[in-house]
Amino acid sequence: MGVIAGAVLALLLVAPVRAEERFITVASTTSTEQSGLFRHLLPLFEKKAGIQVRVVALGTGQALDLGRRGDADVVLVHAPELEEKFVAEGWGVRRHPVMYNDFVVLGPKSDPARIAGTKDAAEAFRKIRAARAPFVSRADRSGTHLAELELWRAAGIDIAREKGPWYRETGSGMGPALNTASALNAYLLADRGTWLAFRNRGELAILVEGDPRLFNQYGAILVNPARHPHVKEAWGRQFIEWLVSPQGQTAIAAYRIAGEQLFFPNAAR
Amino acid sequence: MANDGRILPLVLREVGFRAGGRTILAGISATIEAGPATIILGANGAGKSVLMRLMHGLLAPTTGEVSWNGLSSEAARRRQAMVFQRPVLLRRSALANVTYALALAGVAAAGREALALEALREVGLAGVAHRPARVLSGGEQQRLALARAWALHPEVLFLDEPTANLDPGATREIETVIRAFDAAGTKIIMSTHNLAQARRLGDEVLYLHEGRLAERAPVEEFFRRPASAEAAAFLKGELPWA
Amino acid sequence: MREIAEAAREAAALVAGADPALAGIVVLSLQVSLSAVCAATLVALPLGALLAVGRFPGRRALIVLLNAFMGLPPVVVGLLVYLVLSRAGPLGELGLLFTPGAMVIAQTLLVLPIIAALCRQAVEDAWREYAEQLRSLGASDARAALTLVWDTRFSLVTAVLAGLGRALSEVGAVLIVGGNIDGVTRVMTTAIALETSKGDLALALALGFILIALVTLLNAAAQVVKEAAERRYG
Repeated sequence: MGVIAGAVLALLLVAPVRAEERFITVASTTSTEQSGLFRHLLPLFEKKAGIQVRVVALGTGQALDLGRRGDADVVLVHAPELEEKFVAEGWGVRRHPVMYNDFVVLGPKSDPARIAGTKDAAEAFRKIRAARAPFVSRADRSGTHLAELELWRAAGIDIAREKGPWYRETGSGMGPALNTASALNAYLLADRGTWLAFRNRGELAILVEGDPRLFNQYGAILVNPARHPHVKEAWGRQFIEWLVSPQGQTAIAAYRIAGEQLFFPNAAR
Repeated sequence: MANDGRILPLVLREVGFRAGGRTILAGISATIEAGPATIILGANGAGKSVLMRLMHGLLAPTTGEVSWNGLSSEAARRRQAMVFQRPVLLRRSALANVTYALALAGVAAAGREALALEALREVGLAGVAHRPARVLSGGEQQRLALARAWALHPEVLFLDEPTANLDPGATREIETVIRAFDAAGTKIIMSTHNLAQARRLGDEVLYLHEGRLAERAPVEEFFRRPASAEAAAFLKGELPWA
Repeated sequence: MREIAEAAREAAALVAGADPALAGIVVLSLQVSLSAVCAATLVALPLGALLAVGRFPGRRALIVLLNAFMGLPPVVVGLLVYLVLSRAGPLGELGLLFTPGAMVIAQTLLVLPIIAALCRQAVEDAWREYAEQLRSLGASDARAALTLVWDTRFSLVTAVLAGLGRALSEVGAVLIVGGNIDGVTRVMTTAIALETSKGDLALALALGFILIALVTLLNAAAQVVKEAAERRYG
């Protein structure tokens, strides 16, 4: 009886000793985490600055909400309009462009809507709608979701009214949505990074890419210390400055999956 | 009034008990004095168990009054002990069961073990003091329950059919212990179905018939010349050769 | 289906290779859930026992509530704890959000009703047997409750194990209040959720097998201890 109590006690006491005091909380999106970028990037910053970066990966909407509540020090998302609003409302200090990646339109190799090779993404969406081909939407206020909605608008389609059983709203992150699309052989808008790291592809392949409309800009924002005095301002600034610095930007460009670069640094000089 | 701490005599005044819409006891009046071992007899359902529980304070009477020499029932209960038909023992050693009772009674921790061992010796269980109580035989368990009561040195000991589940050998052992209590001055109040046992251990009999106190008499008189018709019928039914 | 075979192989490889990341996740899972169960048990056992033994107005309503809360949805508990621990919430000052501490709090709340309700049932069953004798000996309700908790300890081990199983297997609460932060608040269940959403189903399943094996091991150990003790104490 005593041996067991001792073992349990030992177990409970083991790791908490390594409770880090120097850390910041960064609210970011599932695409940046699941693409593996942070695994590659963060150790470089942590080694240089001695500050641990704790990433909570959520959808863009939720990440910004975290910033508003003061539960994060830095927000790193990819929804420029929402980001500007966030700063305008006083929740963030300034928006720093960091990098971009692009979206791709995925679909089954059989391509029932015949969109493969289309240069215009909005045109591809029009074809999907016309064919009533199965389409998976994240429907979660994420940057990806907002980009998808923008494409429907550009295609002249009021998706809220024109959706039908062919339009599946999963209300989920990129990964689960990919799983669903793979299982349903449906079309889907995804960010290239998550797609490259995704292992459960089924019949899906990239059918449309390269349209400038599929550009996906990421921005980093320090949560406003005037609004939330407890925010770790100095360390947060250090992180953002590193991201836009030559070292950080090079590190971002250096991240590849199967030789392919995922994110393209473009911090304003 | 009580100023010497003694709880007897116990006075029952028109005690009645109703439950589930049925009247189980009615109009019980009696004064129980220290000294003679009192046996409560009656057919099944006559109300023996309920009467014992009313006296001991485990139940409250619906009507009437149970009075222990003017003391509160809480104060009186501390000077009593009860042993049930099936011994209720805790999942610990025999010794620990007795020290538990002593702890509840407010005995200082230092002295509990010695008192408990003495009680176990009294009933002949010193050898199994450290055995888990629940692995003891039925007779040993009941003796342990009695040892637990003994350690408390109660003024009154209630026993509710204590040997009903035991074989003759174990029954004899229990009766020996009960006699020891009696000899030490403890008032015995016991219910039983075993009429021979009643004759062996009892000095007086309270006979209950359908919830009423039908007869009260010294033991031999009750068995040889029952005064009430109900008692006579009861004895005839129980003792076909009478 | 081939994922299952692949997952089994991957699970074996992970365990054999003593992957440090995996070890960290397993240790954290155990720390969080064991802490939660310990904390919950300290409150749940007396609570359940008193509920079984006591007689007071509102007792039956409390019992119904406790039984109902056994089925509290973990994600709801997580959300509520998140709102309380958020900087925008009443206890934001504590800075507990996105730490293992928050996860322990959430799981404690989740597990407490289970242990308390099962304890109440076990003690109530025993109380029927013990009530008269304990009251005859002069035990107060509180004293009787404590005595019964110790006496029914073997049944209570089962209640505690039920709580531990629930804690180790839930994902909704720890995901919301912990944030699934790599190396800080990632436990087995949130790691499985993450790998699934990344489409790495074999790895997710492998982690799942390891989790199930762990829980089974814990239950087996508890059973051995229980039987040995039962033999000693009857």
